[in-house]
Amino acid sequence: MTTMNLTLRIWRQAGPDAEGRLTTYQVSGISPDMSFLEMLDTLNEELILADEEPVAFDHDCREGICGACGMVINGAAHGPERTTTCQLHMRHFSDGDTIDIEPWRAAAFPVVKDLVVDRSAFDRIIGSGGYITAPTGSAPEAHATAVPKPDADTAFEHAECIGCGACVAACPNGSAMLFTSAKVVHLNVLPQGAPERESRVLDMVGTMDAEGFGGCTNTGECATACPKGIPLTSITAMNREYLRAVRKR
Amino acid sequence: MALATRAGSRSIPALIWRSTIGKKTVMAVSGLIMLLYLITHMLGNLKVFFGPDEMNAYAQWLRTIGEPFLKHEWFIWIARVGLLAAVVAHGVAAYQLSRLDLAARPVKYAHTRRRTSYATRTMRWGGVILGLFIVWHILDLTTGTVNPHGVHGEAYENVVATFSTWYGNVIYIVALVALGLHIRHGLWSAVQTLGLGSRTRDRALRATATTVALVLTAGFVSVPVAVMTGIVS
Ligand code: HEM
Ligand code: SF4
Ligand code: FES
Repeated sequence: MTTMNLTLRIWRQAGPDAEGRLTTYQVSGISPDMSFLEMLDTLNEELILADEEPVAFDHDCREGICGACGMVINGAAHGPERTTTCQLHMRHFSDGDTIDIEPWRAAAFPVVKDLVVDRSAFDRIIGSGGYITAPTGSAPEAHATAVPKPDADTAFEHAECIGCGACVAACPNGSAMLFTSAKVVHLNVLPQGAPERESRVLDMVGTMDAEGFGGCTNTGECATACPKGIPLTSITAMNREYLRAVRKR
Repeated sequence: MALATRAGSRSIPALIWRSTIGKKTVMAVSGLIMLLYLITHMLGNLKVFFGPDEMNAYAQWLRTIGEPFLKHEWFIWIARVGLLAAVVAHGVAAYQLSRLDLAARPVKYAHTRRRTSYATRTMRWGGVILGLFIVWHILDLTTGTVNPHGVHGEAYENVVATFSTWYGNVIYIVALVALGLHIRHGLWSAVQTLGLGSRTRDRALRATATTVALVLTAGFVSVPVAVMTGIVS
């Protein structure tokens, strides 16, 4: 099996307030079947053996479903394929390539260490309205609340967001519109989300702005980067919900 | 029971002017007002092809719209005030939002990549060019201050004088190309901001924005081209 030798330029930053810089590493014997994170694991093993600090990066499921992983690879959030970093395979690179690896860049996502950023601003956006108020307990009867098929499809499509933050990283304005709209649309099309339909969008957008994310200029970079295919028209739908909620006051 | 929410304490003007979505709405509405004006303005300019009498009579007629309900020139002054409000609202919102956007992305990527279209990338500087152009244009063809002919009531002769200078042609054509680019992204974007776009309509919307931008720019540019080539003199 042919393997690859690669040059990596990785953002190293010891802590939130430390100076960071791109540092160059060589890795060899990379299999095209490895995932991007396995390639970084290989590098980290070598760094540990050489008594150096391994590169810090977030990851959990490594199946493309949790949203923990994420780094900007050659200027593209999650790299050249429309998938998560953990599901990106090294076959998309060639022997001898130089790969630039940087953390998500946004004022609202401060760097914690190396490629790890603090995405808790997303949690606060969700906390301000990304839920429904319903009695808990045993699962409700599935037919109790009828949902038209197109609405159910829209809700499912938007519920796919895994909160990875690639949309913010890709946006030239560091805007969180796609992430926020995915949740607003997911809940606002459903009857279960109807009681908080207006307050949800007003509060979530309010928190989004307060957290220091930028505004939307409809560049479309977010939807291109999104590993879950949340469509750009999701933002249009949130704008519609926002203006509707303002009119209803 | 009403839920106690953060938004519950905010007034409608605050929800519009203090949120990114609301401020974008102000930009969309003011932009569409200016666009409607520009379409009628472009069509009116085509009068230049029918000679000085018709063009100058048209410019005079503009001042009589609404009479006798309105007094002479009232309509044109109402339109000017409305347009000025639109330009100012558009510019101030653009400036404030741009400041926010730049602050939200303080560190650039070392590995840069261009993906968005030229029209999308040039909205800010293109807008600045248009703002400067509006000032020049008013000094040129409204007040006549910088116009080589500059006689009130002689709109036709003023236009010919402007496009008989090389700098007149350069200024207008550069501004009009900037205008076309601005509208190509701006019209489509405004529709998204107002929540009127959808997946099924998207291709038609993009095509409409491109067509409006092309027709508007071509219609305006036809005037300097006609003067340069001697079709209008
Ligand atoms: C070849 C292109 C253009 C020509 C020949 C032209 C010609 C004129 C003329 C003759 C007037 C004065 C009308 C009158 O005295 O009643 C005028 C007014 C005006 N034009 Fe244009 N124009 C052109 C392009 C533009 C563009 C691209 C814009 C917008 C960015 C624009 C914005 C305005 C505005 C705002 C006024 C109103 C000023 C006022 O009277 O208060 N024009 N134009
Ligand atoms: S919208 Fe897409 S890119 Fe943004 S957080 Fe959700 S899954 Fe990630
Ligand atoms: S590690 Fe879970 S999505 Fe990549």
